[in-house]
Amino acid sequence: MLIADNLQKTYRSGGHPLAALKNVSFTVDPGETVAIVGPSGSGKTTLLGLLAGLDRPSAGRVLLDGTDLGALTEDARARLRREKIGFVFQSFQLIATLTARENVAIPLDLAGEGGGAARADELLERVGLAGRGHHYPAQLSGGEQQRVALARAFIHRPSILFADEPTGNLDAATGERIIQLILELNRERGTTVVLVTHDPALAGRMGRVVRLADGAVVSDERSGA
Amino acid sequence: MKALRPQAIRPLFALAWRESRFARRRLLLFLSSITLGVAALVATQSFAANLLAGVRDQARALVGADVSLSSNRALGPRTEALLDSLRRARVPVARVTAFASMALVERTGAARLAQVRAVEPGYPYYGEIVTAPADRYPQLQSGRNVLVDPAMLTALDARVGDELRLGESTFTIIGTLEKVPGAVGVGALFAPRVYIPARYLAETKLVQTGSRVDYEAYVRLPDPAAADPLVEGHRPIFRAERVSANTASEQQADMAEALGNLGSFLALIGTFALLLGGIGVASAMGAYMAQKRDTVATLRCLGATAPQVIVIYLLQAGAMGLIGAAAGTAIGVSVQWVLPRLLADLLPVDVETAVSLPAVAMGIGIGVWVAVAFALLPLLGTRRISPLEAIRRRVEAEPTRRRRDWWTFGGWLLLAASIVALVLFQAQDVRTGLGFAAGIALTLAALWASAWGMTKLARRAPTRALPYPVRQGVANLYRPGNQTAVVVLALGFGVWLLATVYLVQRNLLAPLAINAESQGNLLLFDIQADQEQGVTAELGRSGTRVMQRAPIVPMRIHAINGVPASRLAPDDPDADAEGAPEQRRPRGGERRASPDGDRPERWAVRREYRSTFRDELIRSETVMEGRWWNPGGGGADRNGVAEVSMDIAVAEDLKLELGDTITWDVQGVRIPTRVTSIREVDWGRLEPNFFAVFPTAVLQGAPHTWVMLARAPSSGARSAVQRDVVRRFSNVAVLDLTSIQAAIDEVLGRVAAVIRFLAGFSVATGFIVLLGAVLAGRLQRIRESVLLRTLGATRRQIAGVLLAEYLALGLLASAAGTVLAIGAGWALARWLFETDFAVPVLPLLWLSLGVTAISATVGMLASREVFRHTPLEALREE
Repeated sequence: MLIADNLQKTYRSGGHPLAALKNVSFTVDPGETVAIVGPSGSGKTTLLGLLAGLDRPSAGRVLLDGTDLGALTEDARARLRREKIGFVFQSFQLIATLTARENVAIPLDLAGEGGGAARADELLERVGLAGRGHHYPAQLSGGEQQRVALARAFIHRPSILFADEPTGNLDAATGERIIQLILELNRERGTTVVLVTHDPALAGRMGRVVRLADGAVVSDERSGA
Repeated sequence: MKALRPQAIRPLFALAWRESRFARRRLLLFLSSITLGVAALVATQSFAANLLAGVRDQARALVGADVSLSSNRALGPRTEALLDSLRRARVPVARVTAFASMALVERTGAARLAQVRAVEPGYPYYGEIVTAPADRYPQLQSGRNVLVDPAMLTALDARVGDELRLGESTFTIIGTLEKVPGAVGVGALFAPRVYIPARYLAETKLVQTGSRVDYEAYVRLPDPAAADPLVEGHRPIFRAERVSANTASEQQADMAEALGNLGSFLALIGTFALLLGGIGVASAMGAYMAQKRDTVATLRCLGATAPQVIVIYLLQAGAMGLIGAAAGTAIGVSVQWVLPRLLADLLPVDVETAVSLPAVAMGIGIGVWVAVAFALLPLLGTRRISPLEAIRRRVEAEPTRRRRDWWTFGGWLLLAASIVALVLFQAQDVRTGLGFAAGIALTLAALWASAWGMTKLARRAPTRALPYPVRQGVANLYRPGNQTAVVVLALGFGVWLLATVYLVQRNLLAPLAINAESQGNLLLFDIQADQEQGVTAELGRSGTRVMQRAPIVPMRIHAINGVPASRLAPDDPDADAEGAPEQRRPRGGERRASPDGDRPERWAVRREYRSTFRDELIRSETVMEGRWWNPGGGGADRNGVAEVSMDIAVAEDLKLELGDTITWDVQGVRIPTRVTSIREVDWGRLEPNFFAVFPTAVLQGAPHTWVMLARAPSSGARSAVQRDVVRRFSNVAVLDLTSIQAAIDEVLGRVAAVIRFLAGFSVATGFIVLLGAVLAGRLQRIRESVLLRTLGATRRQIAGVLLAEYLALGLLASAAGTVLAIGAGWALARWLFETDFAVPVLPLLWLSLGVTAISATVGMLASREVFRHTPLEALREE
């Protein structure tokens, strides 16, 4: 379970404090799919960063399965990420010098677990890239790269997946394929999904839509889906 | 940061290996800046190890006996009694009498000053004198034979079989001395050796009153281990009779120390190259990691801890460092074959070149360590890369979070400790090591300041009026993330080292130049009082001008201010050994501190003074204190005590002040004097100069010989003088100063060549650092050139921009290095060598231009890629 409790984030801009997030609170239940939407500069990415423990809030707390992320050191949060959190980025963020298979296996390597290659192949097959494991990112199309990223995000069986504009750099058809995969994996594995997007169609496929404007939650709607 | 579990490291190895794909060649180049430093270190260390092994193996051969005794006057009665008792006990003793004399070959009519050694059968007991033709040494004693240095044959235009005249006797040249244990090759340049049988010494009539003769005795003990106890047991006798005693183990200890110092000095020059390489590694790693920001942020997002990220890249650096160090070790092992050749004639021992395994292990170990220690600092910076950067390109740093960073502090500390440890390891003596470490820090700081200053200056240079490529090129030096300062530092260091060595060499040689009309080129000495007029007349016949003539009266100090010399410098066994001080001149850096401040230096009290008398100052002298006596004033003060003028350095060592009295022992006659003036003497010229000068009236009655400085108008006249003087006055020695000058030139040249050779490693390291910097900025450069070409720049214009950038870089480095070298050269000339300082502008200019040209070439070659890509290709590569 993920709880945002009165989150505030203030940046300094030209010597003046600039509130990026103002008192944001909500709870995400296990297995839920949530879209965070809003116009540019509304604080979506900042919120995602705080929820995933990539940064500390200026005030308020983020509780992931009861752990207060703000109370952990950066390295402790890193360890928590490699146990519980999966990531998908708008620009894929594959490491150019690693093959698809090696990219997928990174979280297991970092955790010091063995058997990464075999599980990576399994997941690559699951995302439709069987036989492409030895290719480098530069040899893959954008959609294929994002599927590799998805495989990487799921390899360590995270309890929650964060996605930052996962279809932002893809054409509509390819993006649709990615969304389907995310939802399938959510159903198969019970993984909670929190994604940031400003694509209304994508947001509509999620079970719940949290709308931000100017750093504050302006609506929080659950669809029937 | 928590420590990593060992089992968690293994997967990181794989990750580190895979992550380095496509960058390994570049990484290897970055890390290879340590290669040449390691090579220099391994070469010098192996060489030092081989040198010490040579000393150890050849110690007895170097002495030639188990015990050697020597004195510059006939061995005293108690020493003779000891030798007699040894002989009675059937212990072999051989004597050698050594002195300088003219050698003349009648067939060619050529004469040259030689170092004659009249040897008794048996000498040397250890070590082999190699001759050409072979095995001629054993025949030496069989008649009036002579073995000569090969240089002697050349100088005299003689050949084996010729007759050689020494004094009143004639010898047959039966061969040349190819190798004499313990003899330094360049010694022959000053005075070539000549060996004759001792039993014909008297015939030559060369050993007379006033001539400088060394009396030596060599003892072969039945039990070599008895040598040290024998010498120790008789130390008081030797001291009292001014005999210096030497054994193989003492010789080994002395030489090991001297040569160990040489080895350390060379190794420390090598260390400079290694440290420069380290700085290059740090800089290139910094640039490399700047390109890896995205990867690091992603890894952090995926759960990599900061230590894991550091370990991944440290493993890469360590692996490449290992390859670089191994390559350096291989180069070093091959280069060590060169060093003995460069130093060949300067070393008293044969150096067997062998691969020293400890040196190889040390090279690899130190190489990897330096690579890792220097790579660590830029890697510690990755801890500040936020995982947020993976989802947000630019994350504003929050200034309030800028805390004191203990890890970076620790990194610096580790680095500093590594450098100090490295230098201490090379120096093998803590004080020298710390001094050198401080010196390195100071030099690097000064170079850095110089580099920084030059860079700032260039930034302010008015380039507005210059063509666009020049303006853009100079501006490129300040692009974000530039490595200008590091490249200027690395290249500048090489320039600094080369220029400083050159400046010192030039300024040391300058005062020795004897080309000027006003300077003498022949020195005649041991002229007996009754020969003075005859010699002068002989000189006049070849048009040779006498520039200076001085009588020489040998004497010793009997007492200072009434305190006898025996109390001022007692024969206590703890004091310095005698003998060596004869060669020691109290100048500049050689000056030693007295153990207690008021006591005169032992060497200055005990030495033999070869003083002169005259009533005028000569041009190399300046009175610093007191006043010069009145010519014709009788040479005595109001109380009737004779006046004397002392050299300032000797006066300091004798703790003399104006008005102090010195009682001299002039061949048995006591002459009391009062110090009425203290002179500064310019010892740098090849001219006769004196520690003590007396008024003519005081000494002219004493037995004396003459020394003359003369100038022969041509080289033909120089040869004629040497030949004719020796024909008429066989005891008079004529020294051709041009050959001495050439010899000094040669020795300094060889020493400078060795230093230059090692400095070459630093220079080459500088270019590798430049290469690394160019390649580290490769993507940025390609991006810039693509942008420029998209905006319509021609390839020519882009080449112009790059050329301007690298030329500016080379010029900055040259300027920084040269400016600092002039400062260092001046400081060395002023304080260490106490000579005048002049800057040879043209050679320094050539050096600067050379370095600039090579910089531009290296830079342009490394940038070829920029031209190979079409703008579109380059954009795709992004």
